[in-house]
Amino acid sequence: MELFLDIASWILMSLGGVFVFIGGLGALRMPDLYTRMHAAGITDSIAPILIIPGLMLQAGLTLASVKLLAILVFLLLTGPTASNALASAALLAGNRSEQVKSTAVPESEE
Amino acid sequence: MYYVVTFALIITMALALTRAILGPSVYDRVLAVNMLGTKTVLLLSVIAFLMGRPDFLDLALAYALINFIGVFAVLEFFRNRAAKQPEEKP
Repeated sequence: MELFLDIASWILMSLGGVFVFIGGLGALRMPDLYTRMHAAGITDSIAPILIIPGLMLQAGLTLASVKLLAILVFLLLTGPTASNALASAALLAGNRSEQVKSTAVPESEE
Repeated sequence: MYYVVTFALIITMALALTRAILGPSVYDRVLAVNMLGTKTVLLLSVIAFLMGRPDFLDLALAYALINFIGVFAVLEFFRNRAAKQPEEKP
């Protein structure tokens, strides 16, 4: 049983590590601010969903698991909120990206 | 057992740092700082188990709270500055 828990948490955490790395790489190589934000959003959402349950398996039913659950809930609530605030702030400040200039965002300064 | 995650998190923080340095606009830097903050939270949680010290989890939770507020404070600062000189290219 103990071995199973170790293997399960190792798999979960390694997957979380892979996704975190993919998100970090995306944030570096994406051409534009908004696509970088999408890549950074990956590390904000999927990584805690994988890494923190992996740690909770290790902690078992203790106070540490409750704290980890609190961290997970808080990260999942604040990550998207911060990304949304950042995107709207950048858009309002006239940070038009080249690709979407012609299609999505109308040129008239609202 | 935790080395894979710790290594991946440290590499991601290094990537976020390079994005902060390279970032052309100021909002890229805010994005990188936000990424760095959340990765620190995850790294703290993993190190809490690596070192066998459960009190690091409180640090991670506190850091997540502060990082969130910090991002909003910086955005508020830039919004006011952008509002004062709207023609200033970020």
